Amino acid sequence: MNAETVIDVRGLTKRFGDKTVVDDFDMTVPKGAIYGFLGPNGSGKTTTIRMMCGLLRPSGGEGTCLGYDIVRDADLIKANVGYMTQKFSLYGDLTVRENLDFMARMHAVPDRRGAVAATLEEHKLAPRAEQIAGTLSGGWKQRLALAASSLHKPPLMLLDEPTAGVDPKARRDFWDRIRILADGGVTVLVSTHYMDEAVQCDSIAFISFGKKLIDAPTADIAAQVGLHTRRIEGRDLRPIHAQLKDAPGVDQIARFGSALHVSGRDAAKLDAALAPLRARPDLEIGPAKTGLEEAFIYLMTGSEDNYQ
Amino acid sequence: MTAERRRFGPRFSVARFGAIAMKEFVQMRRDRLTFAMMVGIPIMQLILFGYAINTDPRHLPTLVELGDTGPASRAIVQAMETSRYFDIEGVVFGAADINTALKTGEAMFVVTIPANFERDLARGERPQILLDVDATDPVAASAAASSFPRIVESAVAPLLDGALSDLAQGPPPVEVVLHRRYNASGRSALNIVPGLLGTILTLTMVLMTAIALTREAERGTLESLLATPAQPLEVMAGKISPFVLVGVLQTAIMLGLARTLFGVPFLGAPPAFLALITMFVVVNLSIGFLFSTLAKSQMQAMQMTFFFFLPSILLSGFMFPFRGMPGWAQNLGEALPLTHFVRGVRAVMLKGAGLGDTWAQIWPLAIILAVVATLALSRYRRTLD
Ligand SMILES: Nc1ncnc2c1ncn2[C@@H]1O[C@H](COP(=O)(O)OP(=O)(O)OP(=O)(O)O)[C@@H](O)[C@H]1O
Ligand SMILES: [Mg+2]
Repeated sequence: MNAETVIDVRGLTKRFGDKTVVDDFDMTVPKGAIYGFLGPNGSGKTTTIRMMCGLLRPSGGEGTCLGYDIVRDADLIKANVGYMTQKFSLYGDLTVRENLDFMARMHAVPDRRGAVAATLEEHKLAPRAEQIAGTLSGGWKQRLALAASSLHKPPLMLLDEPTAGVDPKARRDFWDRIRILADGGVTVLVSTHYMDEAVQCDSIAFISFGKKLIDAPTADIAAQVGLHTRRIEGRDLRPIHAQLKDAPGVDQIARFGSALHVSGRDAAKLDAALAPLRARPDLEIGPAKTGLEEAFIYLMTGSEDNYQ
Repeated sequence: MTAERRRFGPRFSVARFGAIAMKEFVQMRRDRLTFAMMVGIPIMQLILFGYAINTDPRHLPTLVELGDTGPASRAIVQAMETSRYFDIEGVVFGAADINTALKTGEAMFVVTIPANFERDLARGERPQILLDVDATDPVAASAAASSFPRIVESAVAPLLDGALSDLAQGPPPVEVVLHRRYNASGRSALNIVPGLLGTILTLTMVLMTAIALTREAERGTLESLLATPAQPLEVMAGKISPFVLVGVLQTAIMLGLARTLFGVPFLGAPPAFLALITMFVVVNLSIGFLFSTLAKSQMQAMQMTFFFFLPSILLSGFMFPFRGMPGWAQNLGEALPLTHFVRGVRAVMLKGAGLGDTWAQIWPLAIILAVVATLALSRYRRTLD
């Protein structure tokens, strides 16, 4: 194992009853990386993260986090990982400060009071320190949860949809902080449904049906998905959208402001579908870069059963 | 590996235990309804039972055997009448008559004033006066019986003037002998309060911890808790300890009420009582925690609590005399903490037993605690599956 590898799991599998929720999942995350974890609802992201931090026993496979075995050394992983749960899981009947204080004690944080005060400041929670956590708004609960999971300065953070329901300004602050942490050597695995967050990750793993479909540096994702995209600009694009929707060779159409992005896996077929339009003088058609969003929506369209 | 181990601390971390205990304490304090219940249940139960105990224990049929007559005997009989506890319905002669009267229920009490009573009293020889009690209905008989010594004493006090007045200090001038019939163990209202204390503690203590883990699971907070390096023993001890305080508070309330409302004496040594009560409370809290590791929901945890509560009441000797139960029921009863507590606390509260005497009850409780804690810790799930 490379000394710089922080997460290294192989063949990770989780079954609930006869349902296989995570299937033969491999992942290698180097130190200091911001790794995005994407996939449709119910694809197994939360389940995978829970197995990584010792909260669920894998039905199969093995792996290490920070060099500790995810089954045998669960206690050591728990002590050194900051896990932020998708659903708010702090104590709703304790105040913000009491929750942080509890976590600080559980992790034996040195200079507990100072650390709690600093965290309150850093996450702009200080004015709400004495508020009962259960009465915080959704976004503020998320901030508290993030604060609680980073309080003990863990070298690895597993963040399960940390910014769900958080306003854009706070999300930007959040990602700035993630960047700073990563520059300082902290490794971050973060699940998200936001594309603007996905592009900020160094690498992305995409999971569907518990199976990993893509795992690549963010810049290479589009190429790996293998989509070709053409951009159509023009006045009235609505009829064209309708016309192209079911055309052979067109796998996906997305609106981008006043333009349409038409994508397909087979460049030749895609261009054939667009050929009749090229003659029209009111339309401008040219090649375009396939975006992350198009790539992922394409991947998700192919796995709609995840929503069942 | 040892260096790595140190990074998450020892097997049992006092800091983590303290963190959990403190968190539980704050949560308990904020949960007004539960807290009110913890304090309200003992008060309500005690008053309800207390009034059941006291359903008019007055005007109870009483006979007198007069082995002597004189001013003192007359004063005593007179005082008994005026106390309204006793209705003097006639006289009897001899042990055979007394037996029949009590057996047939013709009388509930027979007072025997022995021969030479007046003379011995005048000489300051502390003559005996005997009260035979039909204790089959201890609830009815006890208040009257326990008031008897006081009645006798205040009846003879005015007669002890002049040369005898120095008798008024020192021990009582008459020695009252209570002789309970048909229920020699003397279960009485006095005995019900200690039993009731144990019963209420059983119910509330087990219930409080039975929902400890299921509530965390239902609120979703278990995921955060399990994501910390908390060890099972830390969680168990941390969740139990704040409720030990509640148990002690409940006990104080109950004893205070029992004393002021029903005059239940507290003879025992406080250390013995404290040891017994703490042990008992901890055992019950552990049983609740065990249920918590078994139950899938708070509802199930409550059902388990009541399943446990029922045999505790029936087989512990609280409801029915322990020695009167069939062997198998006695064996089962020995496994219940309430059995040992009722025994111990009666001895402490009513017979003045000391710390050494309660050892006989402490060690069975310790064994139950060890078994329950081992089970609970082995059942404790450290993952979410
Ligand atoms: N304890 C469980 N018992 C049975 N099935 C479960 C359990 N936990 C999760 N699942 C199932 O596993 C699948 C994956 O769930 P998971 O929460 O890992 O998905 P996810 O990718 O995190 O989804 P989302 O984006 O909605 O958060 C779902 O179908 C879910 O119903
Ligand atoms: Mg999820």
